[in-house]
Amino acid sequence: MSQFQLHPALGIVGSSVNFTNSNLFMVIAGALILALLWLGMRPRAMVPGRFQSAAEMSYETVMSMCVDTIGPEGRAYFPFVFTLFFFILFGNLLGVWPFDFTFTSHIVVTLALTMLVMVLTTYVGLRTHRMHWFSYFVPQGVPKVLLVLLVPIEILSYLSRIISLSVRLFANMMAGHVMLEVFGAFVVMLAGAGAIFWVPSALTLAVNVALIGFEFLVGTLQAYVFAILTCIYLHDAIHLH
Amino acid sequence: MDLASAKEIGAGLAVIALSGVGVGIGYIFAALVNSVARNPAARDRVFGLAILGFALTEAVALYALVIAFIILFV
Repeated sequence: MSQFQLHPALGIVGSSVNFTNSNLFMVIAGALILALLWLGMRPRAMVPGRFQSAAEMSYETVMSMCVDTIGPEGRAYFPFVFTLFFFILFGNLLGVWPFDFTFTSHIVVTLALTMLVMVLTTYVGLRTHRMHWFSYFVPQGVPKVLLVLLVPIEILSYLSRIISLSVRLFANMMAGHVMLEVFGAFVVMLAGAGAIFWVPSALTLAVNVALIGFEFLVGTLQAYVFAILTCIYLHDAIHLH
Repeated sequence: MDLASAKEIGAGLAVIALSGVGVGIGYIFAALVNSVARNPAARDRVFGLAILGFALTEAVALYALVIAFIILFV
């Protein structure tokens, strides 16, 4: 489908360095986040205006998510979780805009983000607990005979986080956009079939409008889920269960 | 049976997983309604948990959808 196709952006300069529309929208998302924070916090007003409230609320939401999930150590990982959350959130929300590219609908992007999270959590676990970290894979209070079965399962479930985290975000964004396209094609086909189908076609169009609202919900929710799961994994790495 | 029809049957079979997801989402919101009815003060905290559970369960449906797409188009 054409909305998922990559092609060079920014004319001849972009095509010579392989700068695609996906990269372009990543840059736009980053610029919008910076603009929100920079313009929002510039007045430094005691009683915040709309923009400043938005910037402060986003800070406080992510901070409470980190501290509530990870514990007091979560403050150290706040910048990482904040960046991750807002990068994914702006990517998802930009993609709902017509003619915009959704960079989170490509599994390469989500897999790269997930690998970043997994490498970080493993590194944090190893740095905090050294060799003791490997006891994470050995459940406590289990008969020794069962460990032969349970340790491989634990290792497998640890590794399958990579797939589940990346495919969840990618599948949500891709499936949502495919659904919009299917409904859009259905509206056009129904309207072209004759005058008696104009009313059902208009109803389908109304459903499609509602689906766009649903896409906003899904985009926000998936960014939140990605961030909170990152927090949970960091909690596991620091506290070992 | 030729390959094309086998693919379409396979894609149909892959989305049987949605039945489980339907049951799961039903359970989540039944538990949400139950807990809010018992303790309305806990609504804000429980609602966040329910939405998180909803998103995690919905993801299972999308895994099935991705498998169906892979069978059909890849």
